[in-house]
Amino acid sequence: MDSPVLSVEDLSLDFHLRTHILHAVRNVSFDLHRGRTLALVGESGSGKSVTARALLRIVDRPGRMAGGRILLRKDGVELDLAPLAADSKAVRAVRGAHIGLIFQEPMASLSPVHTIGSQIDEMLRLHAGLDKRAARTATIALLGQVEIPNPAEMADRYTFEFSGGMRQRAMIAMALACNPDVLIADEPTTALDVTTQAEILDLIKRLQVERGMAMLLITHDMGVVAEVADDVAVMRFGKIVEQGSVDDIFHAPRHPYTKRLLASTLKLEQAAEVRAGQGGEPGPILTMHNLTKVYGGASGFLGTSKFAVKAVDGVSLTLNAGENLGIVGESGSGKTTLGRLILRTVEPSSGQVLYRDRQGRDVDVTALSKSGLRKFHADVRLIFQDPFASLNPRMTIGQIIGDPLVVAGGHTARQIEEKVAELLGLVGLDPAVMERYPHAFSGGQRQRIGIARALALDPRVIIADEATSALDVSIRSQILDLLLDIQQRLDLSFIFISHDISVVRYFCDRVAVMHRGKVVEVGSAEKICTAPEADYTRALISAVPNPDPRHKRMLHRTRFNPDLQPSA
Amino acid sequence: MTMTPSLDDAALEDGPAISGLKPGLAPTSDAAAGQWTLIARKFLAQKLAVFCGGLILALYLIGALAEFLAPGLPDTSRAQFTYAPPQSIGLFTPDGAFQPHIKGYKVEIDQEALRRTFVVDDSIIVPIGFFVEGPAYKFWGLFESNRHLVGPLDPTQPMYLLGADRLGRDLLSRLIYGTRISMSIGLIGVCLSLMLGVVLGSISGYFGGWVDTVVQRIIEVVSAMPTIPLWLGLAAAIPLTWSPVQVYFVITVIVSLLGWTGLAREVRGRFFALRNEDFVTAAKLDGSSERRVIFRHILPSLTSHILAVVTLAVPSMIIAETSLSFLGVGLKAPVVSWGVLLQDAQNIRSISTAPWLLIWPSLAVVIAVLSFNFFGDGLRDAADPYES
Amino acid sequence: MLNYILKRLVYMIPTLFGMSIISFAIIQLPPGDYLTSLMSTLADGGAPIDAATVERLRSQYGLDQPIWLQYGKWMAGILFRGDFGFSFEWNQPVAEVIWSRMGTTLALSFAALLFVWAVSLPIGIYSAVRRHSVGDYVFTFLGFIGLAVPNFIFALTLMYVSFRVFGQSVGGLYSPEYVDAPWSWAKLWDLMMHLWIPIIVIGTSGTAAMIRILRANLTDELSKPYVTTARAKGLPEYKVIVKYPVRIALNPFVSAIGWVLPELVSGVTITAIVLNLPTAGPLLLRALVAQDMYLAGSFILLLSVLTLVGMLVSDILLALLDPRIRYN
Repeated sequence: MDSPVLSVEDLSLDFHLRTHILHAVRNVSFDLHRGRTLALVGESGSGKSVTARALLRIVDRPGRMAGGRILLRKDGVELDLAPLAADSKAVRAVRGAHIGLIFQEPMASLSPVHTIGSQIDEMLRLHAGLDKRAARTATIALLGQVEIPNPAEMADRYTFEFSGGMRQRAMIAMALACNPDVLIADEPTTALDVTTQAEILDLIKRLQVERGMAMLLITHDMGVVAEVADDVAVMRFGKIVEQGSVDDIFHAPRHPYTKRLLASTLKLEQAAEVRAGQGGEPGPILTMHNLTKVYGGASGFLGTSKFAVKAVDGVSLTLNAGENLGIVGESGSGKTTLGRLILRTVEPSSGQVLYRDRQGRDVDVTALSKSGLRKFHADVRLIFQDPFASLNPRMTIGQIIGDPLVVAGGHTARQIEEKVAELLGLVGLDPAVMERYPHAFSGGQRQRIGIARALALDPRVIIADEATSALDVSIRSQILDLLLDIQQRLDLSFIFISHDISVVRYFCDRVAVMHRGKVVEVGSAEKICTAPEADYTRALISAVPNPDPRHKRMLHRTRFNPDLQPSA
Repeated sequence: MTMTPSLDDAALEDGPAISGLKPGLAPTSDAAAGQWTLIARKFLAQKLAVFCGGLILALYLIGALAEFLAPGLPDTSRAQFTYAPPQSIGLFTPDGAFQPHIKGYKVEIDQEALRRTFVVDDSIIVPIGFFVEGPAYKFWGLFESNRHLVGPLDPTQPMYLLGADRLGRDLLSRLIYGTRISMSIGLIGVCLSLMLGVVLGSISGYFGGWVDTVVQRIIEVVSAMPTIPLWLGLAAAIPLTWSPVQVYFVITVIVSLLGWTGLAREVRGRFFALRNEDFVTAAKLDGSSERRVIFRHILPSLTSHILAVVTLAVPSMIIAETSLSFLGVGLKAPVVSWGVLLQDAQNIRSISTAPWLLIWPSLAVVIAVLSFNFFGDGLRDAADPYES
Repeated sequence: MLNYILKRLVYMIPTLFGMSIISFAIIQLPPGDYLTSLMSTLADGGAPIDAATVERLRSQYGLDQPIWLQYGKWMAGILFRGDFGFSFEWNQPVAEVIWSRMGTTLALSFAALLFVWAVSLPIGIYSAVRRHSVGDYVFTFLGFIGLAVPNFIFALTLMYVSFRVFGQSVGGLYSPEYVDAPWSWAKLWDLMMHLWIPIIVIGTSGTAAMIRILRANLTDELSKPYVTTARAKGLPEYKVIVKYPVRIALNPFVSAIGWVLPELVSGVTITAIVLNLPTAGPLLLRALVAQDMYLAGSFILLLSVLTLVGMLVSDILLALLDPRIRYN
């Protein structure tokens, strides 16, 4: 192997906070080689992003370099970036020119008030010394290389006129404008849908090979690592706990944390063991008929009529008692709206929801009065996505979980307290935390509290809307197993809404795939994931990164062009 | 706190690496601290805001105890002491005995300008003391007394610690009485504003739709109009024949009429933001009625913000009263407010003769406004203890 | 863009309507009308006028008609003939009294606005970038003082100080010898020497408020990811800040005209009264005290329209500055 382009030796970074010093990065060392990709993997707070930024010396205050070397090799000259001043000329000459950087959130990472073209021009004029016209010509060529259609025209557009995937392509074009030797990609596809993610990863990989760049890929997603990386470094609490080739890390991990991380990583082929032989009395508990929600369409100010958007378009689905129904789709597919329509926190435009109550009567939810709806809401509960926003910070855990009981009435304070304690035990929390406020808890713990609240009224159906999306992988699998465990004990049915097919596969018996407001395919989880029928499902499934470097899936995936579909 | 059923391994650390800024400092635990505890803690950490809070309290106390604190009455005029300059306080008499006192005046005739000027005469000593008997007053109109916190032992002697005005009235006494009027206008005005804002805001929020739109447009119109011309117009419409008490209340109403828009807008904005929070949706799904959602979940999150906004609205009320009275369309004599006092400092001639007529009332206004600003800022910063 | 401006213009109509109603309400507010106060003045002077004359005047000025008709007449006069009514005190049409005064008001407000911008922009940027530095604290403290001192007290203080230091009075726009003199460099210089006090007085609280707003906004913007992107490009730090976050933090700076301008116009009004400047302020006060209500109401209406036009300008500037607004 030739000598590395960039070597990091013993890098340490401290954050001097108001109450304490956080050692965000501790003695981290790694090498980046030409044409190879090193994936820096870790959960939130592991220090992986800070490490990436340190290479460009753009760590925000109050972060400080505490030691180590950052050696950049160029034309046989070795430059140590660590001791230089962050705003020195030498460091600035490296940024963009030798090391390019792609961020997670392309919308926020590009200026909203400058055209895409001008932001890329700036880079070329700064480092390559091109004049205005030459820079623009080069920019248009770059936009073409990242497969943006009509590059000359798109260069004059603003960020908000681009779609998410296009924005990230523009960001890539910018990072590559000056032919850097090293590309740092910080969670480049986390904010994107799976199919877009696959395209962007394809593009990055292709450009890297073409240009022979070294790449540092920062990610939390083991699937992406397996698909893209050559080498892997696993970070935890600021330290690299294990480093090796991608095959070694996945198939012969040594450090217990790596093993744990891999164990919590869900595969598309993998269903939860407890789901096997799930019984319960058969028969539908919730039925949706032709549910539709149309937004807009009314005439607006000055008589200009806006376009009507069908967020949910004629969805008919059935949830059987004791069953876990997954609803899967990308952003804008209408899956979240569907959940809200069932609960009527959003009123459907047309269609019907039928609920078979405890006495076996079918109740038309769409026609319920306020009091009837209140009863329905006691039986059908919601678990929210954001564990921070969904708990009232001004109430104690006891008050939050007990609130549904207080509202329902007929319980003494003592009974409520006992019930809350029981619920807390059920979700794996110490009943003593009742007196505390939400700010004292981590994301995973808060989600447990949210689950306890959902269970307070002994519900029969739970709608979980992206309930695990905000959590780290290891916490996520704990919460999933908790939900399955509770389901076993309490005889519940779930509607599980998620963008993450692996999670749905793990958790659900049946899956409905949504695309542009419509259900394109319903079937058993097994069938949807292994033998999908609809073209869209096939494309979706094949775009899911496979967390096994020996069986990469994304690179030979099926593509789906909705505009070629007869129905679209 | 390890509550998660963990897969912990001995080789694994259980948290990020941290070390204290100074060794041996344990962070305080706030796991069981409620909203108001956290707000109080955050507020008390801001020394300046706390100090200003104390200052505001002191000003209101001065206003409340005006009759007792003022050495004299606000409208006792003594023509022979026109524009008498401030006296200084001494503790020891020239012969070395301890006797708090002020210096007397000697009148000189300025031959050129042909007018009397006062010179503080060191040889005349006016002994002063605490809790002395002085001019009689009726405390809040309730009971009569003649005790004053400080004053000359001989009530007939002049005492002008901050100087005298054109009619020979004691500026200090007038300033203390003015504190009652000016500070109370701020407080009452802001309460009226809040009521107006809450009423209109609730109407707007309850009915929604076009009612909301109309209320919003009214707010827009009122806040786009320049305030002082509008105040002037409204205040000038007060009939001259009205009693001082009527004028006082009308001026308060006028001042609050224009202050409520900002309040209403801010509260409305926060209300709508909160209404879309997940925890509010959760409360609805828990079965809470609309009323319960508002009173149990939204209002508790709003109160601290309302408190801060209201505090920050007081200064503009005080300034409004002062400006209107200064221009002669607000409060009028015999009512004494800071603005009325400043009327005496309207032209350069009176200011240069008696600069204290400008300095002390202005200082009172500025201190009051500054204190409310700092105090309100502190409240606002502490109002949401949950934002990172 | 044209569509956008048109939309804003249409949107202004109800606001204008509301303002005219408030202004007219103020005209109608005092008990009685100009004639009653004229009558009592004349009666006090020992020369009462007979009832017939009063009735004649009353119908001549339309004071005997219902209120909404009077309003309609007043508005129609303004809109179609530029006729704002009659000033009883000056004994001439309001329009003839009002325009030169509005001109100076506009000029002074505009000058004060420029002052606010010119001072608050650099200080706001400095305070945000060098947060918690000594300079930041000094400016923050001065800003608080600036917000706390009412305009008229500030004006009086400056008057007193300049009287003490320079030994001359600073009221008016010109020294006595230049008031009627033809334009010359000396006169212009004299004007400048008089102008700085009102501009500082009027502009200070607005400046202080703007510094606070800019500082807060820029602080937010400085931590946005696009700033990191700009830094990662290799731009020098000053360019990173000036080209990106400052550019975006200018938005509230421009839209703030909406509330700074009414405040400035307010400030001009009261400061002019204290410093005896020939703007709308002193005349408005006089008209109000004398219950010359058409003049007063017209002033209030025009001053409001002035701020409204200012807001329109700020809306247009904002659209020019920010493509997100332009394209929506």
